[in-house]
Amino acid sequence: MCAKPIKKEPREVETTGHQWDGIEELNNPMPRWWVWTFYATIVWGIGSSDLYPAWPLITQATPGLLGFSTRANAAAEIASWDARNAAIKERLVAADLNAIGADADLAGFAERAGAAVFRTNCATCHGSGAAGVVGKGYPNLLDDDWLWGGTMEDIHLTITHGIRNTTDPDARYSEMPKFGVDELLEPAQIGQVAEYVLAMSGQDHDAAAAAEGATLFAENCGACHMEDGAGDPTQGAPQLNDAIWLYGGSREAIIETITYARFGVMPNWNKRLSEDEIRAVAFYVHGRGGGE
Amino acid sequence: MWDYLKLAGLGVLAVLAAIAANYAHDLAYQVNAITVMLAAGISFLFVLRTAGDPKTVNQAEYFDSVIRAGAIATSFWGVVGMLVGVVIASQLAFPQLNFEFLQGYGNFGRLRPLHTSAVIFAFGGNALIMSSFYIVQRTSAARLFGGSLGWFVFWGWQLVIVLAATGYVLGATQGKEYAEPVWYVDILITVVWVAFLIVFMGTLFKRKEPHIYVANWFLLAMIVTVAMLHLVNNAAIPVSIFSSQQVQVYSGVQDAMVQWWYGHNAVGFFLTAGFLGMMYYFVPKQAERPIYSYKLSIIHFWALIFLYIWAGPHHLHYTALPDWASTLGMVFSIMLWMPSWGGMINGLMTLSGAWDKLRTDPIIRMMVVSIGFYGMSTFEGPMMSIRAVNSLSHYTDWTIGHVHSGALGWNGMITFGVLYYLVPRLWNREGLYSLKLVSWHFWLATIGIVLYASSMWVTGIMEGLMWREVDANGFLVNAFADTVAAKFPMYVVRALGGGLFLTGALIMCYNLWMTVRAQPARASQHSAVPAE
Repeated sequence: MCAKPIKKEPREVETTGHQWDGIEELNNPMPRWWVWTFYATIVWGIGSSDLYPAWPLITQATPGLLGFSTRANAAAEIASWDARNAAIKERLVAADLNAIGADADLAGFAERAGAAVFRTNCATCHGSGAAGVVGKGYPNLLDDDWLWGGTMEDIHLTITHGIRNTTDPDARYSEMPKFGVDELLEPAQIGQVAEYVLAMSGQDHDAAAAAEGATLFAENCGACHMEDGAGDPTQGAPQLNDAIWLYGGSREAIIETITYARFGVMPNWNKRLSEDEIRAVAFYVHGRGGGE
Repeated sequence: MWDYLKLAGLGVLAVLAAIAANYAHDLAYQVNAITVMLAAGISFLFVLRTAGDPKTVNQAEYFDSVIRAGAIATSFWGVVGMLVGVVIASQLAFPQLNFEFLQGYGNFGRLRPLHTSAVIFAFGGNALIMSSFYIVQRTSAARLFGGSLGWFVFWGWQLVIVLAATGYVLGATQGKEYAEPVWYVDILITVVWVAFLIVFMGTLFKRKEPHIYVANWFLLAMIVTVAMLHLVNNAAIPVSIFSSQQVQVYSGVQDAMVQWWYGHNAVGFFLTAGFLGMMYYFVPKQAERPIYSYKLSIIHFWALIFLYIWAGPHHLHYTALPDWASTLGMVFSIMLWMPSWGGMINGLMTLSGAWDKLRTDPIIRMMVVSIGFYGMSTFEGPMMSIRAVNSLSHYTDWTIGHVHSGALGWNGMITFGVLYYLVPRLWNREGLYSLKLVSWHFWLATIGIVLYASSMWVTGIMEGLMWREVDANGFLVNAFADTVAAKFPMYVVRALGGGLFLTGALIMCYNLWMTVRAQPARASQHSAVPAE
């Protein structure tokens, strides 16, 4: 069966005379605007390839009349900001840590620079709002509960050298014993200590077990966490008699912590950040709410 | 004799695949080897059942059974690919949907290549194979060359899809965008693609028409160029013949450049040239109008083919790629604008004198909107390739929006139009079951695309601006997570748009199913007779 030719209006331009399955082609000229726009883009293309690096030769490409280079442009932009900020950075490094807040210019700069450093480097663990990750060991930086102290000096030191890392000998260091794994306490005793910790943090607990646990706590835990559970920021021992928990405050979480211990690590930033950046981010963290 | 050779070959393949499954180093390889073994075994039984029977083929009839299978496969993979798309769009909006039990199999990272490959290569690929087989027979007035080789192309392509998809989910990937299939799948793709070329060229050679129709130029350009791109970009050395791991031959910026030369031209030749071939046949047929300008079709064809291949570097602005390559990529992309629009002009102007059909024929409406989105995204592409624009748009959702206005708008809509055109003809039915449902499909799809593309423009430009925003001292104002949080509402809109598009496709499947089942039959139109 032969496909019927597609109908054609009268007085149109001629077709090419061929037909495929009933399809014909008209011999219309190319639209003028199309042709001229095409030419214009070709001219633009030739112009661009003269102005910008474009044609590869034997050892290098044509550099272009404008001397354009994406790398040089980026370097120049960074250099211009560095030049503009150089004076205030110098003042920030020279300033007394506790005097930064009193100088409006310095404080404003440190706040902005610190926020940028924080977002890029710290937010990964501490969260973009600095609230940490509850129960996962990433401390909340918005409250006034500090593991290693919350003064400007303390925060500055923590950021500079980090905590329990192997890359900086001056890192803050302390290690909780693995009471269960190393069999320092029997599983039953761990349960009793956990009841006591629940008691001191004001949670539901088994009073009899907690009483047993009190003695065990004093013997095994009090040296670092203090007998009343107030903790000791000089050795990074968390306060236990409050409602703030780094790895969770449930019975299961506390037993897990006593059995296996915890070993939270923070990198030393002195190899990645400059002194002015460390000071800026210390000021930023100090200003989040709980700075001492 | 030929049957027995086939049986021997399939038997050996099944045994080799079983051995490979036994020695497999990784799960993906093992599952793939078992799949190949089963495919070879089933083919063996199928050949065995008819071995030695005399085969009578009426050479005067078109080979349409493989095209019918193609129409089913296109619809099926389309729905699968779009469904995975809606799932991953929802996972981006609501990360909780990356369920714990799905980790390592159904999380976003595993499903994303499944979505892209399913829509491009399974949906788009089947649409292209199906339409090229249809077009080349009709415009050559000749039966498809190569006997059952057409079936080999069809089933080989389905096997490629299944191997690639199961491989992705189980973690077998070579990590190259749109070229994720691992080395042995790449080899199978090569074999199937060469068979496709032989069938297509063979049919052109035995054509009864004096000239080769323009649609076939585009389809042939697609087949030849994709073969070249595939071979160069997938050059890799397997770690072991029993492993799905491989080492790329290129490294560093050279690898990146080869990858984006491939990636860009996969868009250029698979999704542009190939689909223009579809457009050049089905639009004049559906509109019952002659092609607007023969001259324009020649010039824009050669300009498109020549310019597209150089535009890849625009994917690598502001990277380790040297500035000169980046400039050339941009310059060629700008010059590509008018050659791309040549196809749009020829498609739209073919409708001149038939514009009234827009009111009465929802299939024409689909084709027109498809050409409109083609024109829009081929303007947007060159614009985004300009270095200054790209510094804002690159890595943002704007790119995703751009891709989808092309993929949903152009490739999706034209394929829907083609399926609506083909199914009644392939199954000899008196027209479609319901034009009203086609209208529903049209509006759901169009609104879906508009929601998708506009939400992605908004988030794309927003996040581009947020990333580069600096304060008085030059410090970045926003953290990356801030931009993610800000995009949430638009991510919901995007998932909704995708959902509408998928709903439209499901309505189409129902409509096509009912067309075959419930419409009255009509006389066959499968005879291969020259038009003159």
